Amino acid sequence: MNKKNINNIEKEMKLANEGLSEKERTLFSDARPTPVKPLNKYLEKFLNWARAESLWILAFGTGCGAVELRPLMTARFDMFRYGIAPRPTPRQASVFVIGGYASIKTIKRIVRSYEQMQGPKFVIALGSCTINGGMYYDSYYTINRIDHYIPVDIYVAGCMPRPEALIAGFDKLKKQIKAGKCDGMNIYAENFDWYKANQKKVIKDWNMPDYNW
Amino acid sequence: MNITTKILYAIISVFVATAYGLTLGGIVRKIYARVHGRYGPPVWQPFIDILQTHAKRVSISHGYMFYLGPVFRLAGGLGTYLFIPVIFGSVVFSNFSMAGDLLLVMYFIFFGQLGMALGAGEGGHPYSPIGIARGLAQMSTFEVPFALSVMALAIQYNTLNITTIVAAQQGSILNWTLFTNPLAVIAAMISLLGMNMHSPFSIVLAPQEIPIGPPIEMNSSFLATLQTNRGLFGSAKLVLFMNLYFGGAAHANIFVALAIMVVKTFLIYMFSVFVGAAFPRFRPEQSMRFFLKWPTLIGILSIILVAYF
Amino acid sequence: MEHIINRLKQKIEIESIINQRADLYFITIKEEHLELVLSYLKQQENFTHLAFLQAVDFIEDNKFQLTYMLYNYDIKVNLGIKVFIDRDKSEMVSIHKLWAHAWQYQRELKEMFGINFPGSPKVDESFVLEGWEEIPPMKREFDTLAYSEKTFYQRPGRTKNDPKKYMKEKLYKKFPQSTTVGRKDD
Repeated sequence: MNKKNINNIEKEMKLANEGLSEKERTLFSDARPTPVKPLNKYLEKFLNWARAESLWILAFGTGCGAVELRPLMTARFDMFRYGIAPRPTPRQASVFVIGGYASIKTIKRIVRSYEQMQGPKFVIALGSCTINGGMYYDSYYTINRIDHYIPVDIYVAGCMPRPEALIAGFDKLKKQIKAGKCDGMNIYAENFDWYKANQKKVIKDWNMPDYNW
Repeated sequence: MNITTKILYAIISVFVATAYGLTLGGIVRKIYARVHGRYGPPVWQPFIDILQTHAKRVSISHGYMFYLGPVFRLAGGLGTYLFIPVIFGSVVFSNFSMAGDLLLVMYFIFFGQLGMALGAGEGGHPYSPIGIARGLAQMSTFEVPFALSVMALAIQYNTLNITTIVAAQQGSILNWTLFTNPLAVIAAMISLLGMNMHSPFSIVLAPQEIPIGPPIEMNSSFLATLQTNRGLFGSAKLVLFMNLYFGGAAHANIFVALAIMVVKTFLIYMFSVFVGAAFPRFRPEQSMRFFLKWPTLIGILSIILVAYF
Repeated sequence: MEHIINRLKQKIEIESIINQRADLYFITIKEEHLELVLSYLKQQENFTHLAFLQAVDFIEDNKFQLTYMLYNYDIKVNLGIKVFIDRDKSEMVSIHKLWAHAWQYQRELKEMFGINFPGSPKVDESFVLEGWEEIPPMKREFDTLAYSEKTFYQRPGRTKNDPKKYMKEKLYKKFPQSTTVGRKDD
């Protein structure tokens, strides 16, 4: 849209914590993420086993990959026997499945949902659009590499990968979690400024807090 | 016996009940999956879920009231369970049963949901009051046939002590309340469908209903507490129903008695699972109207029958 | 359908008629006749359904071509009305009084091509592009590849393959002497 529209939007939107006292400002998302160290070695191994055996995915279909998630819940491919269950809210989910291309409009919602997830969180990116832009590499509104915006653990190549490929991706994710290599939460907290600068470069109408915890 | 032994027995009893309740949930998921024609999650999946939810490194709290939700719920579950005698005549599993504990147990069933409403309302989600309103409204209506059925029992057995009620049903299978006062049992079993929050009354907890009701903002340890409570509270309700209506579990050998308890509560739970598998969900106003019509009538009839005949 | 076009010819001047299929016709009219033609077709000739409203960018002639696709349920014929408007002064009269759902097409055209429809409800709202600060992206002077390379990060090592050569290498190399396997034009 033209410049005039942007100014109108900026005049109307206010952040939720504007005009509050210092004490009350912290009740709204104003803080930065901090890295949380894992516990001692053996307890962490046990907890990693529990995290790997019970993966809760966020029921948010971000792109064309969502159509491959639905057959997984049916009787033919049956992801429930691996302990994977869909949850409707990011507060309770631990895996975010980015299905396919991410337009700027979707990236804003992806960032907001990812930051609202708790604790050790993992990201699986499906399709070649998340790797190098795929068939939309020259589009004016889709990003080319998703790992400059949120940290990614597993890529599953394909256009779209079939459900069997997706199950293989989940299997690899389980092995990586049990090996203790999936640390997206701390990577995001340590490189927060770089991720935020990348996000703000493409999301022009930023009307949400810097960190949505 | 002294108080420490009693506390030790109570802890053993609570652990057995929680483990049993969670395993029952896992078995039911497995049964649903097999009916659908697929393998299901392993039977111990609820335990892994609780471990995983506790293993989150960060948790978001919305203030002090937010803690009240899971805490009250777990307190309600514990209170419900600890006043019901699980095995009649056993020292380990007879908990803290005393005179008048039936009313106390009914109070604790309601108490947990109220605390949940307080905590969930503090959650900061703009639509969670809808879920809370639905849950509380439905709960207040399914308590009506249950309370009427309990009144019928009290008139029939002249007591409010669960241990005495169980004792009165011993002897033969025809002494069960199922055969001496069938109308009260029918009213209470319909109310059990509402209590277990299965279809057709599962709108409060259904995850596809946005908001998913009260537990929407509960994360990490809050959610894990709620899930533990689901196991404990579920098995407490089933044991209560077994004691009141189906003769309780009594045998000289404690393991045989535990096996009888497991079989009876499993069958009672299967009743609500069978009904749930066959029905879709009712809307809240439909379910409220349903509970206040026929089950209430059956309950009133059972009181009249017992009082005057 | 010929009767309808003849009746229309008596009222206004039609610049060209294309009969693509038995049930698909295109006519080109002047910009100032559009509103009258559409209301005549909707009310008198029973073309009650507006299927879509789209635009094509003819940058060489410095014009936008708008296509209004109408459908008649009685004779089951699609009729596309084409008008040419000036590219620099890209404005068109809004038809939301005839078909209420035209506001959505007009909003999309304003966002993607920059064609203004004064009076249309909610025409300034963004549809897909939130926070867009460049020129409307469907205009042909907008170089989308250059914009994508400037704004988004590329992953190094991306290569392109010609499909015909690649498939010939991969699949048909095993059968160099065969007469039955392989493409006929190799």
